[in-house]
Amino acid sequence: MQGVSLEAVRKVYGGTAVIDDLDLEVEHGEFLVLLGPSGCGKSTLLNMIAGLEPLSGGRIRIGGRDVSDLDPDARDIAMVFQSYALYPTMTVRRNIGFGLKMRGTPRAEVERKVAEVADLLRIGHLLDRRPSELSGGQQQRVAIGRALVRQPRVFLFDEPLSNLDAKLRADMRVELKRLHERLGRTMIYVTHDQIEAMTMATRIVVMDRGRIQQCDRPEAVYDRPANRFVASFVGAPTMNFLDGRLVPADGGVGLACGGMVIPLPGLEPPADGSQGRPVTLGFRPEHVRVAEDGGPGAFAARAVMAEPTGPDLYVLLATEAGEVTARMAPDRRIRRDAPLPVRLDGGRVSLFDPADGRRLA
Amino acid sequence: MPYQRVVLYLLLVTAALAVLAPILIMASTSLKPMAEIRDGNLFALPQAPTLEAWSTAWHGRGGSGGLADKFLNSFFIVIPALVLSVGLGAITGYALSLWRLRHANLLFAALLIGLFIPPQVTLYPMILLVRELGLFGTVPGLVLVHVVWGLAFVTLLFRNFFQSVPADLVKAARIDGAGFLATFWYVMLPLSLPVFAVAVILQFTYTWNDFLLGLTFSSRDSQPVTVALNNLVASQFGEQEYNVNMAATMLVALPTVLVYLFSGRLFVRGIAAGAVKG
Repeated sequence: MQGVSLEAVRKVYGGTAVIDDLDLEVEHGEFLVLLGPSGCGKSTLLNMIAGLEPLSGGRIRIGGRDVSDLDPDARDIAMVFQSYALYPTMTVRRNIGFGLKMRGTPRAEVERKVAEVADLLRIGHLLDRRPSELSGGQQQRVAIGRALVRQPRVFLFDEPLSNLDAKLRADMRVELKRLHERLGRTMIYVTHDQIEAMTMATRIVVMDRGRIQQCDRPEAVYDRPANRFVASFVGAPTMNFLDGRLVPADGGVGLACGGMVIPLPGLEPPADGSQGRPVTLGFRPEHVRVAEDGGPGAFAARAVMAEPTGPDLYVLLATEAGEVTARMAPDRRIRRDAPLPVRLDGGRVSLFDPADGRRLA
Repeated sequence: MPYQRVVLYLLLVTAALAVLAPILIMASTSLKPMAEIRDGNLFALPQAPTLEAWSTAWHGRGGSGGLADKFLNSFFIVIPALVLSVGLGAITGYALSLWRLRHANLLFAALLIGLFIPPQVTLYPMILLVRELGLFGTVPGLVLVHVVWGLAFVTLLFRNFFQSVPADLVKAARIDGAGFLATFWYVMLPLSLPVFAVAVILQFTYTWNDFLLGLTFSSRDSQPVTVALNNLVASQFGEQEYNVNMAATMLVALPTVLVYLFSGRLFVRGIAAGAVKG
């Protein structure tokens, strides 16, 4: 096993388990993103992998070696912090070389490796500056350089882009992804930003309240969320949810909800999908299609508000079943309160159990 | 000049005069021979300035009673006490604030209590302790007493400073392979230089100016200069030699003034850093 393996990992603070019996296998060379709201335990988990936070139970293996009781510097990992945590009194050169120096690397070799990394990250001209003289993006590069220079087996990132402005964040996303492809090392990346997770991850682990909610490829997490929490956390604008009962409609099934039936053509009903079962229907704004000419599956709605974002137009619709957000082409003219019948792409919707939120279909 | 300016300068000049006047009178008196002091008025400038009184204060009369060797005593007490209390206090403060120690808050509370109890209260047990250690009346004994008294304050100072240092910095250093002492030496120490200046100045002043502990724990041979000054000024037969008293007092005050002058800028920066970050 070349990657990182967590086995029944637990963390208890004062009697409360913030991480509860968590198992996770990270393949070698994977870009794994731990995604979740603040307080879900993702940062704690990362700190435990780093060795900064002792385990309350379970084992952690890195590259097949049990590191559960090892100090951070013996684990063959490097970490990039949200605050960058650059040493304020050291120049960039000494910041990057500090880890090598602490390991007794000969000075000439430190110099050579620092220069190499600085070259790769295009910060060669900044080597003699202090962190306070750098911009946020430059500090970020230095922090990444400090991790790169030691060529660890695993890179850990703790929300490294949250302190950057939006434009820079998008640039750094691309850069990190490129870096991952180039180095081929395992990266574990903590974020609460689902765009970062979707764009960079080879696999996403969605966490909530100390448990893994879903662990899958980004497309799968987006298209087939394992439960209602994942469905609502991933995707912006968020998924629409309607509570109702499954009923027969137009030769398939539909959702009876608030005095109307929404047909769901193309939906495979769940195995235990007995008619009349209460379900929560979830569908993303892009799965609402305009059906101006009526036709099969169409139901009545009227536009309440339009939100143009540039490439897309999000329209808030009022239906008898409740309010629903739909994505439409940006050139569509929306008249407030005008009727705008729509239909749902039944093959793309999700059904959740209203009681425990798990996915039914 | 706008009248606010006038008021401002008036206030400043008055305050400066209030502080400087006694010092000027002392300096002027110390340069007068006794005859002139007896006849003249206190505020008159010396007619025939002489350094004789300074020489007497330093060397004593007839080879005894001078402050010279007591100065050495004071330095032998102050410098080790300063190095030890600031050094230990810095590490203790660092340990208490940045490393998750068991019962760190309890230890810190104990230190605070140490800070708030006046020395008079624990003087007697302290005397017994130092006597049992066989250090009573010696310079090392005085060093020990001053280190113990200074440690609580210095620790508090450093702990409050390090509390404002992001914990991520320690984490980053741990991942880079720096242990407790390496993190302190390479990362924290350079960061805390202004606080060091504050600690050094305050501890130097406090230890140098101390009278009570010096009086209690010293013997004839280990007397610090403050105690010697008191003896010089208080126990003379016959006529009070005001010029010698003034010269001696100024000599004793000189080292602290020099310390302030040389590290004043760092001192102000340290206080400002504490204010912004604390």
